[in-house]
Amino acid sequence: MLKIDNLHAKVDDKDILKGLNLTVAAGEVHAIMGPNGSGKSTLGHVLAGRPGYTVTAGSARLLGQDLLELDTEHRAHLGLFLAYQYPVEIPGVSNMEFLKASVDAVREHRGDPALDSMSFMKKAREACKAVDLDLAFLKRGVNEGFSGGEKKRNELMQMMLLEPKLCIMDETDSGLDIDALQVVASGINAMRSPDRSIILVTHYQRLLTFIEPDHVHVLSGGRIVKSGDKSLALELEERGYAWLEDVA
Amino acid sequence: MSQEHIEHAIRKEYAAGFTTDIESDTLPPGLNSDTIRFISAHKNEPEWLLEWRLEAYRHWLEMAEPEWAHVQYPPVKFDEISYFSSPKAMKDRPQSLDEVDPALIETYNKLGIPLHEQAVLAGVAMDVVFDSVSVTTTFREKLFEAGVIFCSISEAVHDYPELIKKYLGTVVPRKDNFYAALNSAVFSDGSFVYIPKGVRCPMELSTYFRINEANTGQFERTLIVADEGSHVSYLEGCTAPMRDENQLHAAVVELVALDGAEIKYSTVQNWYPGDAEGKGGIYNFVTKRGVAHRDSKISWTQVETGSAITWKYPSCILRGDNSVGEFYSVALTNNAQQADTGTKMIHLGKNTRSTIISKGISAGHSSNAYRGLVRMSPRAEGARNYTQCDSLLIGDRCAAHTFPYIESRNPSAVIEHEATTSKVSDDQLYLCQQRGLNAEKAVSMIVNGFCKEVFRELPMEFAMEAGKLLEVSLEGSVG
Ligand SMILES: Nc1ncnc2c1ncn2[C@@H]1O[C@H](COP(=O)(O)OP(=O)(O)OP(=O)(O)O)[C@@H](O)[C@H]1O
Ligand SMILES: [Mg+2]
Repeated sequence: MLKIDNLHAKVDDKDILKGLNLTVAAGEVHAIMGPNGSGKSTLGHVLAGRPGYTVTAGSARLLGQDLLELDTEHRAHLGLFLAYQYPVEIPGVSNMEFLKASVDAVREHRGDPALDSMSFMKKAREACKAVDLDLAFLKRGVNEGFSGGEKKRNELMQMMLLEPKLCIMDETDSGLDIDALQVVASGINAMRSPDRSIILVTHYQRLLTFIEPDHVHVLSGGRIVKSGDKSLALELEERGYAWLEDVA
Repeated sequence: MSQEHIEHAIRKEYAAGFTTDIESDTLPPGLNSDTIRFISAHKNEPEWLLEWRLEAYRHWLEMAEPEWAHVQYPPVKFDEISYFSSPKAMKDRPQSLDEVDPALIETYNKLGIPLHEQAVLAGVAMDVVFDSVSVTTTFREKLFEAGVIFCSISEAVHDYPELIKKYLGTVVPRKDNFYAALNSAVFSDGSFVYIPKGVRCPMELSTYFRINEANTGQFERTLIVADEGSHVSYLEGCTAPMRDENQLHAAVVELVALDGAEIKYSTVQNWYPGDAEGKGGIYNFVTKRGVAHRDSKISWTQVETGSAITWKYPSCILRGDNSVGEFYSVALTNNAQQADTGTKMIHLGKNTRSTIISKGISAGHSSNAYRGLVRMSPRAEGARNYTQCDSLLIGDRCAAHTFPYIESRNPSAVIEHEATTSKVSDDQLYLCQQRGLNAEKAVSMIVNGFCKEVFRELPMEFAMEAGKLLEVSLEGSVG
């Protein structure tokens, strides 16, 4: 699914990713943990193609395609979805309208027939319920005035509707209340499938008790410094990151 | 997306840029009293109207072009403009649409205005102005049954001289301003509407304007009189073909809402804006004003996307007690366009109310100014105004300005003013693109969202058109 080799990237002339390697097979769930400022969000944005993020060396391939030479929207069409750590507000544009436009664009590029308004509304309502958001949220401006947790659930709702191949979820669990965490976890679990891969960026091992990862990685100083199975998350919970610096 | 990307996309050819080869009978350039006599004679006007025009001309000669607007352009050479032209094929007025010059129909089709379909399907009666002469009027009989008069001003001068004499120039006096004086002297044609007492006009009235003659100034004159307790909704739309030289457009629109009447006037303006440097665009200097008598209501809604220069302030004089004035505006400028637009709400009567919602969108290196006056006269006991003035910037080379003027001479009057400026941010575009939308689609969605409150005020079919127009006008304005 995803293969990253020796990826180096900088933001505003500051080197952030420094030789990152990561391979994610189809159907797998990978968790990425690591200290603040280690480059986790940067990795997501570099893969998604955020303007201002420059790759200086290395490669990244999604489904066999060179990701780095594609425009942001074409990466999305290919099936890459990034759930933002800090979702952006678009006042005045209704969530529904935004979702419909995204889904239309992605389906068009996949060669799927466009959904008529009725079937789309039906799907949107289902997704809205699945993340436990009131249907009124569909009519509100995109993330406009949403609470932190509502924004995260809104990201998951979009992910459900877009049916991506690779889901990168950047701290979707941060800021969720206890019930919402369960709702979001079961939403993500429901999306697990043999032809979809999920990367969970998280600071909390809690999420991983609900969503069992196949692999856990530690990102530190712009590189993956340690990988393991789900037990690594437990170990990190107990010992923190300090002991790893030696490893790095 | 990069700045170059944005700029590349901004450079978009004007979709309506073409001309029709209908032979015209055009007056040579220049303006003197003989020009005015020619126009008047050509239209077979009564003596009093010729005098009226000449009087306006004398005033105009003594007036100076206003310079206070936030726009810059080389001086207009008034003696190089031709002040009259009419398509030749029109000398014998067609009795039905089938008799209309096919080239003309073709022109409208290219503009996406299929005359037959629009008229029939949308139930719209159209007084189509091609250059300076009314070409065809549909549904007039049906309107006539309701007692509604909808015809060209020239016809009205002959058929309803009392009404014209009574109201022409009462809202916008000949001496009002430089361009209004010029218009009064040389106005070519335009629409006249009269709705009798208590009548609700059975359909939306609509005019499509179009400039077609090279170097031909357009001096439209519109007069709408809604008698007591009547109601009318009027749509004005226009689009112009590509031209190399700047073309002057100085229209005058007068609205009279008598006691308890309601006039809703909607405009979608898409004159040729000029090329990316602003060369060849239309200069649009318009005077639009309405007088609202007791318990009446005048509502202006405008979507302005065209013209190289727009100078336009649809205004309401709230003369009668309890009268209501509204102004809903979207003004979009791209590339080198300049707009200085807004409104005046003059509260004279008691308990008069006005609402101003202005949405300015600037892209490219354009300049967009809102200029609004709210005046509460000493007699305007209990009057209220609410003004909301929002600007949206796309890219970082454009400008938005707000010039609100507030004059309150009645302590009981309440005036509220809110203003915001926002930018289409890179982060918003990135989010849209991450979700699979291209930048242009994203911007048009954001802009449409920004304009929602105004689009809501437009009649259905116009709202759709307006959304599409914004999309076309903004094509490539982002990256
Ligand atoms: N525009 C920028 N200019 C300079 N430094 C930047 C810029 N953007 C990000 N950085 C830096 O890059 C580093 C990595 O940031 P990133 O957001 O990827 O961290 P993270 O691992 O996601 O952290 P957190 O766990 O706090 O979310 C940080 O030190 C951050 O300050
Ligand atoms: Mg982060």
